[in-house]
Formats: sequence, structure tokens, C-alpha cells
Amino acid sequence: MAEVIIEKDKCKGCQLCIFYCPTKKLVLSSKLNKKGIKFAKPLDNINCIGCGFCFTVCPDSCVEVYGKK
Amino acid sequence: MAKNKLLLSGNEAMGEAAIRAGCFFYAGYPITPQNELTSYMAKRMPQEKRVFIQAESEIAAINMVLGAAVTGKRTMTSSSSPGISLKQEGISYLAGCQLPAVIINVMRGGPGLGNIASSQSDYFQATRGGGHGDYFTPVLAPFSVQEAAELVMLSFDIADYYLTPTIVLADAIIGQMCEPLVLPKKSNFNKKIPPKKWALNWMDKEGKVVKSLFLKEGDLEKHNQRLQKKWQKIKKNEQRSSVYKTDDAKYIAIAYGSQARITLEAIEILRNKGIKIGLFRPISLWPYPVDMLQNITTNVKKIFVIEQSLGQMLEDVRLALPNKQIHFLGRAGGGVPTVSEIVKFIKKFI
Amino acid sequence: MGKNFLHPKSLKKVDTHYCPGCGHGIIHRIIAGIVDELGIREKTIAVTPVGCAVIAYDYWDFNCCEAPHGRGLAVATGIKRCLPQNIVFTYQGDGDLASIGIAETIHAANRAEAISCIFVNNGCYGMTGGQLAPTTLIGQKTITTPFGRDPNKGEGWPLKLTEILASLEGVCFAARTSLAGPKEILNTQTQIKKAFLAQIEKKKFSIVEVLSPCPTVWQKEPTKAIEFIQQEVIKTFPVGIIKEL
Repeated sequence: MAEVIIEKDKCKGCQLCIFYCPTKKLVLSSKLNKKGIKFAKPLDNINCIGCGFCFTVCPDSCVEVYGKK
Repeated sequence: MAKNKLLLSGNEAMGEAAIRAGCFFYAGYPITPQNELTSYMAKRMPQEKRVFIQAESEIAAINMVLGAAVTGKRTMTSSSSPGISLKQEGISYLAGCQLPAVIINVMRGGPGLGNIASSQSDYFQATRGGGHGDYFTPVLAPFSVQEAAELVMLSFDIADYYLTPTIVLADAIIGQMCEPLVLPKKSNFNKKIPPKKWALNWMDKEGKVVKSLFLKEGDLEKHNQRLQKKWQKIKKNEQRSSVYKTDDAKYIAIAYGSQARITLEAIEILRNKGIKIGLFRPISLWPYPVDMLQNITTNVKKIFVIEQSLGQMLEDVRLALPNKQIHFLGRAGGGVPTVSEIVKFIKKFI
Repeated sequence: MGKNFLHPKSLKKVDTHYCPGCGHGIIHRIIAGIVDELGIREKTIAVTPVGCAVIAYDYWDFNCCEAPHGRGLAVATGIKRCLPQNIVFTYQGDGDLASIGIAETIHAANRAEAISCIFVNNGCYGMTGGQLAPTTLIGQKTITTPFGRDPNKGEGWPLKLTEILASLEGVCFAARTSLAGPKEILNTQTQIKKAFLAQIEKKKFSIVEVLSPCPTVWQKEPTKAIEFIQQEVIKTFPVGIIKEL
């Protein structure tokens, strides 16, 4: 299973990654980042399929996906 | 006879001088009276395996020159008055980005479409920056075909040394007339030009940027102050002028470009009549050769300024010599003060 | 081993000034990724526009040069002719490329300058607050077409510049893509890479027009802005390869 890493302070909360995650494993945090914005975060990585959609649609390049065995 | 002696028009001579100065990229757009220069470059640049482009407009041409300058190559464009107005956008960006380039203006009559006769009415535009922003450009004005070639070569060195667009301000008479000349191997510029480390022809560890945009508060002011220091240095170092029979002169006539040649003849006539008059000819119009002008006029009673405009350089003379009696003779719109007009005008005040 | 999706080396690890959901960041990342993939970082020179992407050089980590508004392809012409071995591309918006710079654009393409042009079409002038662009849709409201763009009021029709350019001999590759979803973004990546390769191999002009969202001016949430491209923009600006030699 893959791992999604979101650099929370670069996130502007556009929610495109959340919208396009095919397994709905990304959510908006209830906390605020340094920008004072509710950022996207992975809900639970166990079932991430590593499709990279979140990386692809992120306008702020704050998502990286590490494909694991 | 010198082996290198050529017979060329001013326009062609400026083109050949640019090539010998190492101009790698030329872009231009047709406009009279400088077309011989563009067509000369069209023929010669490919022979030298360099780049000639007839651009879609003067605006495109100056921006192509900006692109070429960014690569560190020597580059030039040329035009005449209305075309130079269009180039002001690019000249301002070149100044802001601190890029070297040579711009030749073979002046014609204005304003607007004006006419294609010789004129000196772009003096303000050339010497006061011309485009938007707080900047100046060095301006050199040739009075012969020989000097046109020499000043083009010099302007490449000034541009490279100070990282500034540099203007050669010729007029239709200089551009169109043919004279024999000997092209020098290099200009008389005596400072060592540093390597262009900022050029984009190589990449450092990190990407380099050439820009004139400074959005952070205070940054643009600092940038302008840096530029200002440069202009002041140029003002101190690059004043150029020529004098004729000024040693014992009680009267001084001041003229530049083709008008200086015509005035020279008038000086001879007046001298033959026993009038102690000399000629001061500014070669650099910006910076204006104030120091030399003040030096030679300490014992001078009256100054005569003669221009192919209704009084533009006149203002610089007034600024340089606030306590002198200054008389002005000018014609505009392609009108050229003639030898007899000048003689008659000067005699009126003596 | 699954695939890694990592931050491109040619993209600086800094915050961008773009609004949430803006397409510029995606296209910047795509270009940086292609530059890395092709191994051309040392040879790449970008010409940045006037508009929202004016400081793209703060985000890309390769050589960049600023151009006056609309003059990107004239500046790029000067660069490419002096450094023919380098990869030169312009990054321009609809106002920059299709309005004030249309002469420079058409003539650079017609001269077959070996330059790639990345044309970001969001149908408005974003930086200046959302005015009418040549690509604004019919009926679309902007601050200078407050009642919606109306060709019958002399406001013109949406200008299809990529189709115009594709008709020129000097153009070897012309495509229109969009950022409306992962599949479309991956396709944008494919087409921009083709444009870069066309520059290298065919030595002619290549252009990729990217339909990009401007959530702020469109006054839509980022996901709704994407929907607007899918449902409205592509009706006027159909995506696909327009020319490939």
C-alpha cells in the first residue's frame, strides 16, 4: 500500500485532492495550518492505492505519494 | 592609401562597424531613412554566420534584441524616429534589467509621421530616458561617416561595461551621405569589460533570472538607487566632445551631428571676417559634456546654439551655462539651418 | 514496488502566490517534471509573462527571463537564435499571447522559431482583477463585460488562437488540453512533453493551450471551476491534438 505525505503548511485548502481521491481517503483537517487554512490530510493510509491523483491535481505541489510494496 | 579604406553611406558604415564590434544578433524593421542599414545587415550577418531578423514590428525587434542580450551576445537594432518611439518599451526594460544593447536612431522629422528629412528633434527622447521609469541611456551623436562607425563600436563597449542600452543618435544626413572611412579594429574605450556572469547561456547551481520586476516593498527603490549610482558614474566618466578654434574664441557656436558640419563652414566664413568664433561639438549628448563646455567658455561673451529642432539641446546648454548670453537658431520638420543663415544669425549679435 | 509521485527537482520548494485551486501551480509542476524527465534542466530557458505567472521564475529552478507584456515570443526568438542548442519555452496567458502579443505570437510561429509556447487559457485577465480576455466565453461576465460578453455589442467572439496557429507552416505541433481532472492533467503533461520534443526534433514552433481554472475571477469554488471547464469551456474550446507533424 502507498503512503501520501501532505506538507500541511503549503496547502491552501482547495480540496481538489479530496474531490479526486478515488478511495476517499483524504479529508479536510479541523485544525488550521500556518496560513490559517484548514488543510487536506490523509484519513488513513492503509488502503491508499497509490494512484497519485492527489499529487497530479494539487496546484500547490504539497503532496507526495510513495508507492510501497 | 590605407588598405582598409571603404566608401560607404553612414547607414552602411554603422552596420559594418557593428559587425566588426562583434554584433551577433540584429533585428530591425523597415523605416526611412535607415533602410540601408537593415539591408546591409541582411546581407552581411549571414555571411558572418550571425543572426539577422526582419521583425514584424519595431516593438518585436527591440524585444528580440532583449532576448539576445540575455544570452550575453552583442546585439543591436536600428530605426528612425517613429520606430524609436515604438522601441521605448523595450529600451525601458533593457535599462531595468541592466542589459547591454545598441540602438541606432537615424532621426527624421516629427512629430507623428512627420517626414523623412533630417532632423534633431528626438534629443529630449534620447537624453531623458525616453521610456517609463527613472533611467538614462548613454547617447552618442556622430558628425561624419567615419565617426558614425567609431561611435557604434564605442557604444557596444559602453553598453557592455555599464550594462545599459546605448543609443547612437544619427540624423538622416549622416545616415544617407557617403564618405570614405577607415574602420578601426576596436574602439578607444579604455576600460576592461568584465565577463557576463549573469547571462543565461550557462546555468549555475541554481537557475538564474533576468528581470526588472521588484514587488517587495523597498526593493525597487534600492534597485533604482543602484541604477542611479551607475548613471552618475557614466556622467562622470563618459563625457565626450570636440572643439574647433576655441582657444582664442570670444564667441562659441554649439551644434552636434550633421548640424555641426554645417556650422563648421559658417565658422570658417566668420573667422575669415576676423570674428573670433569657435565650435563646441558635443559627441555624447547624455551625459552632456558639461565639464568641457564650462572650461572652454570662461572667457566667452556669447554662445550660439544651432539645432535641427526648435530648441532641445538648448536646454542642456542653459543648464550648463546659466550666466551666459545664449542665442538660439533652430529649424524643425526637416528644415536645416544653412551656412548663410548661420552666418547671418551670428553676425546679428556681434 | 508502487510508483512514487515526487516533487520535481526543477521546482523550488516554496509557497506560490497563486489563489487556492489556480491552474498555474499544476502547469508549473508539469513543466518542471518534464524538464527533469528529459534531463534538460541546464539547457532550459523559460520566458515568463506579464500576468499572474509573472514571477514563475521564483518557482522554477532553471534559467528564466522576464518579457514585457505580450513580447514573450519576440524575447524567446532572440534567445533561441543566439542559443539554438538550448530548450526555450514561453509561458503566457490569454491576454499576453492572444491580445497584446498576438503579432509577436503569429510571426514567431510563422518563422518556425524552434520554441515551445505554453498557453494558459483561463478566459480572463486574472492579475488585474478579471477583465475581458480574447478567450472569454460568450455570455461570461467580467469586470469589463459586466452584462456578459456579447459579440453583438462589439465585444467580439472567443478567439481560437491555437487553431489559427495550427494553420501556419511554421507550426509542427498544436494541441489543446485542460486541467479538468487527473486524466486531463496527465494528458496535458503528455502534450507539453510532445511540444518540447517537437522543439528538439522538428526544430519548429509548438504550442499547447491549456484550459485552466481561475476560481477567484470566476467566483467559483475550485472544484466548481473544474466543472465549469468540463461543462462550458470545452464547448467553445474543444480539447485534442489540432496539428501533429
